[in-house]
Amino acid sequence: MYSIRLWAARHARLLELTYQAVEPVIIKLQPLWKSVGYARAEKPVARLEQACKGLLFDCQMCGQCILSSTGMSCSMNCPKHLRNGPCGGVMQNGNCEVEPDTRCVWVEAWEGSQRMKDSDAIQIVQLPVDHRLQGSSSWLRVARQAAERRESLK
Amino acid sequence: MTSRLTIPDNTQLPPAEDAGNVGRLERVLRSGQFAVTAELAPPDSADPQEVHARAQLFAGHVDAMNATDGSGANCHMSSVAMCALLAREGHETVMQISCRDRNRIAIQGDVLGATALGIRNLLCLTGDGVQVGDHPEAKPVFDLDSLSLLEIVAGLRDKHVFASGRTLTSAPQVFLGAAANPFAPPFAFRPHRLAKKIAAGAQFIQTQYCFDLPRFQDFMHRARDLGLLEKCFILPGVGPLASARTAEWMRRHVPGVHIPDDVLKRLEGARDQKAEGRDICIELIQQLREIEGVSGVHIMAHRQEAFVPEIVKRAGILGASKS
Ligand SMILES: Cc1cc2nc3c(=O)[nH]c(=O)nc-3n(C[C@H](O)[C@H](O)[C@H](O)COP(=O)(O)OP(=O)(O)OC[C@H]3O[C@@H](n4cnc5c(N)ncnc54)[C@H](O)[C@@H]3O)c2cc1C
Ligand code: SF4
Repeated sequence: MYSIRLWAARHARLLELTYQAVEPVIIKLQPLWKSVGYARAEKPVARLEQACKGLLFDCQMCGQCILSSTGMSCSMNCPKHLRNGPCGGVMQNGNCEVEPDTRCVWVEAWEGSQRMKDSDAIQIVQLPVDHRLQGSSSWLRVARQAAERRESLK
Repeated sequence: MTSRLTIPDNTQLPPAEDAGNVGRLERVLRSGQFAVTAELAPPDSADPQEVHARAQLFAGHVDAMNATDGSGANCHMSSVAMCALLAREGHETVMQISCRDRNRIAIQGDVLGATALGIRNLLCLTGDGVQVGDHPEAKPVFDLDSLSLLEIVAGLRDKHVFASGRTLTSAPQVFLGAAANPFAPPFAFRPHRLAKKIAAGAQFIQTQYCFDLPRFQDFMHRARDLGLLEKCFILPGVGPLASARTAEWMRRHVPGVHIPDDVLKRLEGARDQKAEGRDICIELIQQLREIEGVSGVHIMAHRQEAFVPEIVKRAGILGASKS
C-alpha cells in the first residue's frame, strides 16, 4: 500500500535493523531448507515473502532484492524499473514524471538511504535484472548462496 | 563516501596503437579544446536527403552531431540509421541509445553494427517513458537502464565479451557518454549518480538543458569534491527558447526541465522574444565556459536548428580552448 510504502522508506533504519536480525535466522534455517528441498520450500517461502514485503514495500517479487541498497524503497515500483538511481524526469516537487501523483521512488530511496547505517550501499552499481528470477524468493536465494559460500570455504 | 565505487580515470589518452580509432569529438576533448555538440532531430521520413539537409545546417559549426533515439518517446528515423548515413558523408556523430524500445540482445547487436558502420560515439540513456510520446499504448521495454547499458558496452569494448560472457572476435572501439540532470531532485544524489555513471564507464556527459546557473555551479562543486571532474568530460546542455510561451510549455510538459522565473520574465519583457532567447543562450554559454570542469556545450535547439551556427559564432566557442 502506498502509505505503508512511504512509511517504510521513512523508517529505513528500523527496517535495516529488522533485516539484520531476520537474515541470520533464515540462513540458520539452512538445514530445514535443505531437508525440505529448495524447490519445495520455494512456493510457501515466496508466498510468505510476498505477503510481508508486499505489505511493507509494495514488493514486486523481482527475486533479486536490493532494498538494503535503495533506502528500503522498492525500486521495482519505479515505472521505468530503474535500479541505479532516479531518471532525469523527477518533478521539482519530488514526484514521479510518469505518475505525477506519487513520490518518485528514488527520491524516497535517497532519503531512506541517508537514514540507514550503511548509507553507502546506494552507491553500488546494480547489475541488470535477471528476468528468470521474477516471482521467486530472494530470502531463499540469500540462504542458499550463504550456504554455498560456506561450503566452498570448507 | 564512495568507498565501493572504483571510478576509473576516463580522460587519459588511449595507447598510441589505438589512436587511429579516435574520433573527432574525443580528440577535441582530450586536447583541451572547448567542444561543441548539437542535437540533430531525426526526420519522420524514409528519405536520406532529409537527413543530409539537416546535417548541412550544422556542418563546420559543431564537433559532433547527436542523433536522438525516439526522444520524447516519439517515433522517428532510427539513430543508428541516421548516424550511418552521416558517417558516410564524413560527419562526426553521437548515436543516442535509449533502453525504452530494445532489450539487451538487440542493443548489443546494434552497438556492434553501429561501430562496423563507422560510428564512434555513443550516448547511453534510460529513455523517456512511453506515456509522454505518440505511442502511449506501446510496451516499455527498459530491460536495462543507462548504467547497466554503460557497463555492458564497456564490457564489449574492454573485456571483449557480451553480457552473457561469450567472447567477441573484434571489440567495438567506442567513446562512451551518458546524460545527467543536475536540475531535478534529489539534488544531493545527482553528483553521486554521476559518480556511478563514471564507474560504469561514462567518459563524457551531456546534461539536460541548463537555465539555472547557480544550481549547475553547485552540482559542479560537489562533483569536484568527489574528484569527478578529472575523470570525465562534462558538456552542459543549452538551447534557445523561442518565446515565453514555449518556456512555459516546456516547464509543464518536458520532464526534468527546470526554467527559473527570472528567465521567463526576461523573455516576457523582450520586444523580440526569439532574439532574446538566443541572447540568453549565448550569455549562458559564455558563463558556463568559465566554470571549472566544463569541457564544452551541447546545443539542443529544437525547431531552431538554423540558428545553431549563429549561436556558436556569437558565443565565440568553436575551436576555442577550454578556459
Ligand atoms: C542530452 C540528452 C539527450 C536525450 N536524448 C534522448 C533520446 O534520444 N531518446 C530518449 O528516449 N530520451 C532521451 N533523453 C531523456 C532520457 O533518456 C530520459 O529522460 C531519462 O528519463 C533519463 O534517463 P537517462 O538515460 O538520461 O539516465 P538517467 O541517469 O536515468 O538520467 C540522466 C539525465 O537525463 C535527463 N533528462 C531527462 N529527461 C530528459 C529529456 N526529456 N530531454 C533531455 N534530457 C532529459 C535527466 O535530467 C537525467 O538526469 C535524453 C536526455 C538527455 C540529457
Ligand atoms: S521519476 Fe522516479 S519513480 Fe518516476 S520514472 Fe523517474 S526515477 Fe522512476
